[in-house]
Order: sequence, then structure tokens, then C-alpha cells
Amino acid sequence: MASGIDELRQQYRKMLEIRRFEEEAARAYAMGKIGGFLHLYIGQEAIAVGVASALVKGDYVFQTYRDHGIAIALGMTANAGMAELFGKDTGCSRGLGGSMHFFDPDNGFYGGWGIVGGHVALAAGAAFKSKYANDGQVTVCFFGEGATNIGGFHEGLSLAGLWKLPIVFICENNQYAMGTPMSRTTPLEDLTLKAQGYGMHGDRFEGHDVTVVKDRVKTAVDRARRGEGPTFIEIQTYRFRGHSMSDPAKYRSRQELEERKKKDPCAVARQRLADAGVKEAELLGIEGEIDDLIAACVKHADEAPPATEEAMWDSVYVPTSAVPADRLPRGVVRVEDGDA
Amino acid sequence: MRELRYREAIREAMIEEMERDANVFLMGEEVGHYQGAYKVSEGLLTRFGEQRVIDTPIAEAGFAGVGIGAAMTGLRPIVEFMTWNFSFVAFDQIISSAAKVAQMSGGRVPCPIVFRGPNGAAKQVASQHSHSVDPFYTNIPGLWIAMPATPRDAKGLLKAAIRENNPVLFLEGETLYNVKGEVLDEDADEVIPFGKARIAREGDGCTIVAWGRPYYTAMEAAEILAKEHGLQCEIVDPRTLRPLDVDAMVDSVKKTNRCVVVHEHWPYGGPGAEIVDQIQRHAFDWLDAPIERVAALDVPMPYASNLETLVLPTVERVVEAVKKVAYL
Repeated sequence: MASGIDELRQQYRKMLEIRRFEEEAARAYAMGKIGGFLHLYIGQEAIAVGVASALVKGDYVFQTYRDHGIAIALGMTANAGMAELFGKDTGCSRGLGGSMHFFDPDNGFYGGWGIVGGHVALAAGAAFKSKYANDGQVTVCFFGEGATNIGGFHEGLSLAGLWKLPIVFICENNQYAMGTPMSRTTPLEDLTLKAQGYGMHGDRFEGHDVTVVKDRVKTAVDRARRGEGPTFIEIQTYRFRGHSMSDPAKYRSRQELEERKKKDPCAVARQRLADAGVKEAELLGIEGEIDDLIAACVKHADEAPPATEEAMWDSVYVPTSAVPADRLPRGVVRVEDGDA
Repeated sequence: MRELRYREAIREAMIEEMERDANVFLMGEEVGHYQGAYKVSEGLLTRFGEQRVIDTPIAEAGFAGVGIGAAMTGLRPIVEFMTWNFSFVAFDQIISSAAKVAQMSGGRVPCPIVFRGPNGAAKQVASQHSHSVDPFYTNIPGLWIAMPATPRDAKGLLKAAIRENNPVLFLEGETLYNVKGEVLDEDADEVIPFGKARIAREGDGCTIVAWGRPYYTAMEAAEILAKEHGLQCEIVDPRTLRPLDVDAMVDSVKKTNRCVVVHEHWPYGGPGAEIVDQIQRHAFDWLDAPIERVAALDVPMPYASNLETLVLPTVERVVEAVKKVAYL
């Protein structure tokens, strides 16, 4: 595990990869190469990278549909991400999931979920598994402040608190539930008050400094790993773009946005590196490498083969032991019991 | 062969599979200390302990989701709904999470979970507690749906369901728990495959397709038709509605040239309509009469006993439907 300035250098690189990835995704969207919904994470990168830095191999992460950032932070390649956005067979979900449904179980990333609040109990389920198996793994569940009003959030937290599951709930409070400010959706300013009712620890801070994010989240992750129960963390942040590509974000002022951009997490990390003596040439070198990486992922996505009908049929069910060979629906594969 | 009650057969399947695989556990409301709202899980807490027989708060969306998340990461949960009526507050979890995760992950994340519990009308529990949920869930690719009528099928299908790597909805008959039937001996380890119908009664006069409780209604009607009209009905119980054994039904209709479909769900759509569609497309030239359906009447279930009897498929209505397609 890297520490100090080496770690920050790696974190800056990762945050920049996310930033450039999404800027290119926005460009490709405008060109019609990406369809459907595209929810950008630009402005929130310190949270994804800070949280990923606080986890170890084997931990589980669940996210909403604003999922590119954490997927890349956990180790998904830009190629697999961009190809997914382009609807290609080499995408992380073979072009079947798109922007909202990134998955990368090999790196602990369990989606990419599109129904607000729906994945909160799923994450509690992964944590339940860790408690059941006593495997020492921790789950992190992200959601926005908008999700704290829906039933799925409350039932998920209720069970996690009741069973003292090894999970950290991270509320990325980017101030707007789509276009509605928090003051019009929630009678509280401090969202950790909601978690108090479920008997869990709470924490609350601003999320533009990746080091702060990592340190504060790690405290909660360590507590969960020690079997001391879940934590709810409200991280205040801001998305620099609209809710999705179709949103010009007219519900907030130019001035508010400019004010927030002074806390751009990528710029903050860059300044910290410079202050610590990292030379401008080295920073430019990192930035050039990231530019090349992202240009290459766009090229890969452009040239990759399209999503296949085969994948479409094959993925509805995983290989089945219950259905005999002569009754298999299209695309379903038979596996003998125990071979799964 | 032994005789077991339907509830005992289900319990045995759970015990055997929990003994076989430490990753199998049971979770739901009142499944542990209370011994099960319908006593299906009686004795399981003592046998397996609180780690594997888990009482939950009244929070179907929450514990259904926890089950799915646990399944995605390696366990094999059995999630009991006290009744399937309460699954509606977990509808999103079943449809948007359990049925989708394999597809959304490009086939990489499985969801080996069984949701089970009593389905259909009981006795005068009125409209909110009397749903037959099979039409709601059979529409969803990504799920398997089993709806066993007999103790033997319940046990064998549940064992297959627990070993399966895809999500299974297991719809038990709320009024069938006390029904007795022959079940193979404990050491038989009978696992009944999905998508294979059972020919419960052979005949050449008319095919009756029926599953769940209406299976018994159909069997009774068949005896009356044999006795009073000399007509031998062939009864096909599909046992699972997804996958659906179309071949067995079509083969039967090719022999009998007539068909009646009996189901507890409402008449609009659902597996009842699907079965009619499949048969008319695959056996059109063999049919001597339009296929008839006997369904619940198209109303929310009334409380009053006389009206409840009127709404559900009855032996008389099945007899009348068969007589109609047989031109008797």
C-alpha cells in the first residue's frame, strides 16, 4: 500500500482518468455514439478514489447509476468501460448494461443499479454474506441524498443496523436529487440523523480532498471489519454537470457552480502534489499518459465488435442445473448440479 | 413410499438441502422462534440455529434485497414470504434486481435464490390476501416459477430450486399444506426437473391442464366425467410455469383433440392464456373445439364465503367446460 505523496500521486492519476473518461464520454454522447442515459460523476471524483483507497481486495461495492467513477477507481479498465458505453461486446457487461449497469465482480464492483434505493438492501445482503461466512470482507454502498427518502434505503439500513452488518453506507450528497434541492425533499440538513434511528455510527464531511475521504472512510471500514457494525457517512459534494446529459441544470446559478469549481477535487489534488514538491513536468507527464489512455479507450470502443445476440440470450439465465437438456429455453446452458 | 403432508414435504426438502450445503439458509418473518406462520419451518431453528434460520422484521423489500445480495456473493438463501401477497412490496427487488442481475452483468453475477411461501386464496381472507401471483411473475425472463400441487412434487421441485443457480419463485398452495400424498423415502434424494409436466391421469377424451390447487379440482371433475359420461380426461400438471412444458400439453391434445385450462388466477392474460396460445399454435389441426378456460372470476376476492366459492374454479365449472368442448 502506497502512502503519503506516492499514494496521492496514484490517486491523482486515477481521478484524472475518471475525469477524462467522462469528458470523452460526454463528447461521444454528443456525437451519438452513446445512447440512453449518461449520468456524469465530474466533480465527485475524490469520493470514488478515496473510498477505493480505503478498501482491500475482496471487499464489495454497490453504486447507483452514476457508476463510472467508482468502477474505474476499483480497477475496471477504461477500455471495458468505454466499450460498454458504446454498446460493444468487449464492454464490462457485454453491451447489455450500458452506462447505468457497469459490473466488475473481479474487482469487487457489484453494479451499477438504476432504481433509486433498490440496491441498498442488496449491499446489505453482500455484507450479510460476509457476516455469515465470517470472511472479514466489508461492503460499501453508495447512493445520493435523494435516495434517503425512499423505502428501499430505510429497509436496507434498518436490517444492516439490526444485524450489525460489516457495511459502510456512503451518501454522496451532491445537493440535487435530479433537479430538486435537498431543502425541498428532506426536513433535515444533517442526513446522519436518519441513520441514528437505525442504531449506526454517523460521519459527515466535505468530499473534495481525496486524502480526507480515504482517512474518514477507512475509519468506518476498519470498524466494520472489526465486527463493530455499520456506519452512515454523508459526504458533501457537487456535480459540475447536469443530472444526466439531457439536463442543462437551470435550477442552479452560474455563480453557485463557479464557487463550487474552486473545490474541484482534481485541481485540489494537483495543487497538493505541487506543494509537496512534485515537479510540473512530472504532473504534465501524468496528464499526458492519461490523455493517451483515454484516447486509446475511445479508439478501442469505436473499433470493438458490436454487442451480440448470443450474449443477449446467454445472459438471461446463468447455466442451470434445474432444467433438463431437452427443455432449455433459447440461450440457456445446462450445468450439472455442483459444477456452477 | 411414505405419506407426507405437503408442508412436511417442503420442510424435508429444506432440511435435506441445508444438511447438504452450509451456504443454504432460511430467512423470513416468523420462520424461527414462532416456527413458521404456517408451521412449514417447524423445528428448523432448533436443528440449524439462529445463524441459518433467521427471523426478520416485517420488511419484505429489505429482506428480499438482502437475500439477493447474499445470493450474488455466494450464499443460497431461501427467502420465505409469509404469503405471496406480501411479495408486492418486494416486487421491485424480484423484478429489477433478482431477475436482472445476470443480464446486467453480462452473465457474470448469478443469483441463486429461492423465494417461497403460500400463494392463492385461503378461506375468507378477502381481497388483499387472496392473490394467485403466477401471472405477475411468469411474465419475467430471468426467473423460474414452480407451482407444485402434490407433496412429492413440492419436495422434489424445491430441492431442484435450492440447488439451482438462477432465481426461483416457489408458489405453494396456502390450502394445500395439510394435503397428504406419497413421497419417496428420505434416502431417495429425488430432485424433480423444471419444465417437465406430470401426466396425473391418462385419458383420451379431453386434456385438462391444471396446476396448484385447481389440479385437485380438475382431478375431481375428471372422476365425475368418467362416471357420468364415460369421458376419460387426461390431466396435465405443468408443475413449473417457467419453463413451461409445452410439448407435454401439445402431445396430450394431439391425442384428445380437446382442451380445458383450469387456473386460480384471473382470466386476463397470465399462464392460462399463454398455454391456450401455445396449444392453438402447435396443435391447431388437432383441435375439435375452441379451448376453454376455467379461471377465478374477474373481481377482487370477496370476503363472504358464498361469494368466495363462486369466484374460485369449482368442480362444476370444470365439468361444464369439458362438456362444452366435448359437445356433451
